[in-house]
Amino acid sequence: MSMPFYVSPEQVMADKAEFARKGIARGKSIIALEYDLGILLISENATSLSKIGEIYDRIGFAGVGKFSEFDQLRKIGVRFADTKGYAYSRDDVRGKGLANAYSQVVGDAFTQQPKPLEVEIIIAEVRDPRLAGHEHNAIYRVKYDGFISDHKEWCVIGGNVDDVESALRSDFRPEMPLGDAVRLGRGSLDRSSSGSSSLGAESLEVCVLEQDLPHRKFRRLSTDEVRSMLGS
Amino acid sequence: MDHPHLLPELSFSDGGGHIDVPHGTTVLSFKFADGVLVAGDRLATEGHRVASRDVEKVFETDAHSLMAISGAAGPCIEMARLLGVELEHYEKIEGDALELDGKANRLSNLIRQNLPAAMQGLVVVPLYAGYDLRRRTGRLWKFDITGGRYEETEFEATGSGGLFARDSLKNHWNPRLSREDAVRVAVRALTDAADEDRATGGIDLQRGIYSIIKLCSESGIETVENGEIDGIYRALVAERSGGNV
Repeated sequence: MSMPFYVSPEQVMADKAEFARKGIARGKSIIALEYDLGILLISENATSLSKIGEIYDRIGFAGVGKFSEFDQLRKIGVRFADTKGYAYSRDDVRGKGLANAYSQVVGDAFTQQPKPLEVEIIIAEVRDPRLAGHEHNAIYRVKYDGFISDHKEWCVIGGNVDDVESALRSDFRPEMPLGDAVRLGRGSLDRSSSGSSSLGAESLEVCVLEQDLPHRKFRRLSTDEVRSMLGS
Repeated sequence: MDHPHLLPELSFSDGGGHIDVPHGTTVLSFKFADGVLVAGDRLATEGHRVASRDVEKVFETDAHSLMAISGAAGPCIEMARLLGVELEHYEKIEGDALELDGKANRLSNLIRQNLPAAMQGLVVVPLYAGYDLRRRTGRLWKFDITGGRYEETEFEATGSGGLFARDSLKNHWNPRLSREDAVRVAVRALTDAADEDRATGGIDLQRGIYSIIKLCSESGIETVENGEIDGIYRALVAERSGGNV
């Protein structure tokens, strides 16, 4: 009978992390970006399969990596939020609690499952100036190993984060209008895109959390709307 | 999608009979040129007492459908809330809203699950109405306590004053009413119901309590402003008193 080889925990974790990183690096990037009246979620995505979705009144979701895995996470989030909002009140559903729950689920999968989740997700929660304690936008990122971080102004996940981030770093202005934010988002995504020309409206998935909408603040922008904002 | 167990369990050991919980009274719905209108009075009664003067009986269950409740207020309101959560949940999980038929069918199920409580007197008999985006028309349904679902082609009113509201609608309704005329016909029907039925609340000018009137069309749901109802109601009173107010 052969003895199993000893592999150190460090090695196991490093291998899993590399596996997950490779899976994620193949995908396109998604940007979450604060603008004057909300949060913009923008991604290069010419397919009809959404990477960005609504979780609850003020909370949106974006995922990169393996579609089946992050879409499963999105559905878990919707279930978590709807159950909580029904049992307590709609205002009790908060981005931070949701992001923590995600961190738990993704982190557990990383340590306990043979294959880690090849995903990285953003949870964005738009502010509601009328509610005390809800005055600020919140953007959380959860990585494949469950590592959670919060971000101000913008956050990028996906394949080519460095190039997109450098573009955002140089051109981001606080409190810019939505049109400027969409153009900045597109311009930044161009840096990571394989093609040489600029991304058109039809190859972008654009959603917003608009603070002034009543109740459900998540909205998917139509291709026509995006086209008119890009001015092309 | 399936959380009917979250509805409160209502069972009473004394074997039926009347239970004093607030009851809703007259709600109505009818089609008009752009879609469907749903309206309700604001009074809730407990036996012969007023339980609440400004209860809301018309609920937006999603962006294109409305539920109006009559019966025991508690379970009715809870059912409207649960239906709203279920429709939103379905829409977010699937990426598309349910068809209007599917939504009405879901409500049927909720009512059927309430049957044991209904046998104890806690009856929920709502009207459900909405704009069918696929067929481009307003549609409305009434229900019985077993969850039976009956689509109405013209108008319907339920609750203790429903009979009087239906009489009024029979005289003034037609399928091509404009939005303005539809609101006028609704105010008239609710006023007639409040006039003949003691458990239906009329428009209360003293307290500034007006009927809830909502219109659902392709563009979504519109709630009629109190000011508009006020104007229509005063004109109606002036008409009926021959200008002696």
